[in-house]
Amino acid sequence: MIPGWASVMFKTTAIMPLLVALMLSATAGCSSIEPWVKPYERDRLADPIMSLSRHGKADSYMNHVYQSRESARGAEGGAGGGCGCN
Amino acid sequence: MAREVVVGVTDGRRLFRLLWASFTAMVLFPLGPLAHAATLPVDSVDMLYHRYDGGGMVIDGPVLLARKSVGPQVSVSGQYYVDMVSAASVDVLATASAYKEERTEYTLGVDYLYDRAIMSLGFTNSSENDYEANTLYFTVSQEFFGGMSTLTLGYAGGWDEVGKRGNDSFSEDADRRNFQLGLSQVLTRNMLVGLDLEVVTDEGFLQNPYRQNRYLDPNDATAFLYQPERYPETRTSTAVAARAIYHLPYRASIRGEYRYFTDTWGIQAHTVQLGYVHGLNQHWSLEGSVRYYRQSEADFYSDLFLYENSQNHLARDKEMSAFSGTTLATGAVYEWKQTSLPGIKRLQFSLLLDWLNFDYDNFRDVTASGNYLPGEEPLYSFDALVTRASLILEY
Repeated sequence: MIPGWASVMFKTTAIMPLLVALMLSATAGCSSIEPWVKPYERDRLADPIMSLSRHGKADSYMNHVYQSRESARGAEGGAGGGCGCN
Repeated sequence: MAREVVVGVTDGRRLFRLLWASFTAMVLFPLGPLAHAATLPVDSVDMLYHRYDGGGMVIDGPVLLARKSVGPQVSVSGQYYVDMVSAASVDVLATASAYKEERTEYTLGVDYLYDRAIMSLGFTNSSENDYEANTLYFTVSQEFFGGMSTLTLGYAGGWDEVGKRGNDSFSEDADRRNFQLGLSQVLTRNMLVGLDLEVVTDEGFLQNPYRQNRYLDPNDATAFLYQPERYPETRTSTAVAARAIYHLPYRASIRGEYRYFTDTWGIQAHTVQLGYVHGLNQHWSLEGSVRYYRQSEADFYSDLFLYENSQNHLARDKEMSAFSGTTLATGAVYEWKQTSLPGIKRLQFSLLLDWLNFDYDNFRDVTASGNYLPGEEPLYSFDALVTRASLILEY
């Protein structure tokens, strides 16, 4: 064991929730840790104002506008489907 | 869960609240944004009118998307999209005349729900008089960890045929592959985060057949001449993005997004976006956002080459130059749940206005009035207004 390893781990607690979430995503089914946000606690998350794409096609249209005028493309969220255009 | 039931039995009011909250979550959560995968999209009709006006271009038209479930596990969708283009941009006016054209796009898709996964398959055809694009896409979304995590894998293949107006014998191919990986995660009862990675590879004729680059006239230093663009025949790009949205203590949300982009043509880009949505009452909400974009130029870009064919690859597309763009957006949304309209469960109407501004670092406006020496013309900039009116009916 590396000396001081425990204290290093302790200092990383600020980013631990995210790391734990990522690890659990990769190992779902193998872990005994349970989801800490229960389904009945997700009413706020279900509110349409919490959607990153609540305007449907109107949102994907803006991606099309930017792809036509900027060189950057991809990772716009809502994976799936090609633009089908240049 | 067993412990909660025991507690609930000893406290009737708490049991009632627990059951009510669970019921609410079950009813509402399928409408949720990032946090679910194991629910088919709801049956809906999505209508959009869009208009882009700026930089000498006016593009408008309708989009119509209809979606219907077929049994408990399958949902099919069809989309019709039109761009009516009236083009007199600086690129067009520099070497050609203004023109009008129309692009029509059809998409057919099917989603299949299996356990906690959704598989989506679709095909898009886009057609205009000088460009034909076909895209096939396949996406798998899997929900993990009690619905707190959703992993999405996507692939799209594109096969384009590039033509040229006034030259019927001109026909070139451009192929494209998109690889997408996305993770969305519920962090707290008020916060969602998302991570996305997308790699795109292109091969074939990747330049615009109409655009040209310019070089100094060897016989007259006060003039310049044009030559055809010449791009590499391959390109691979990588984009990674992180986004988060947070529910404030009152009915409002803030969201932030950052994307980094890089490609094999030497372009790097950063995109930052911040947004705010404010619920006025159960029907109305207002929103606003600001977006900033900045990119560096491609390795083979120049506004003015020193002489003809001075390098293997030559570009003067302003999209290949170094520039920055700012967007200010605002919108109003009317939402009506459990409508009294026959057959309509939910209605949402949105009116959205986006003002875009682009400032170019090294792309000069050769159409500017005045006598300028080559390379001393004013730098180009333009702004545009994008209007979107959207109506979504869920049935």
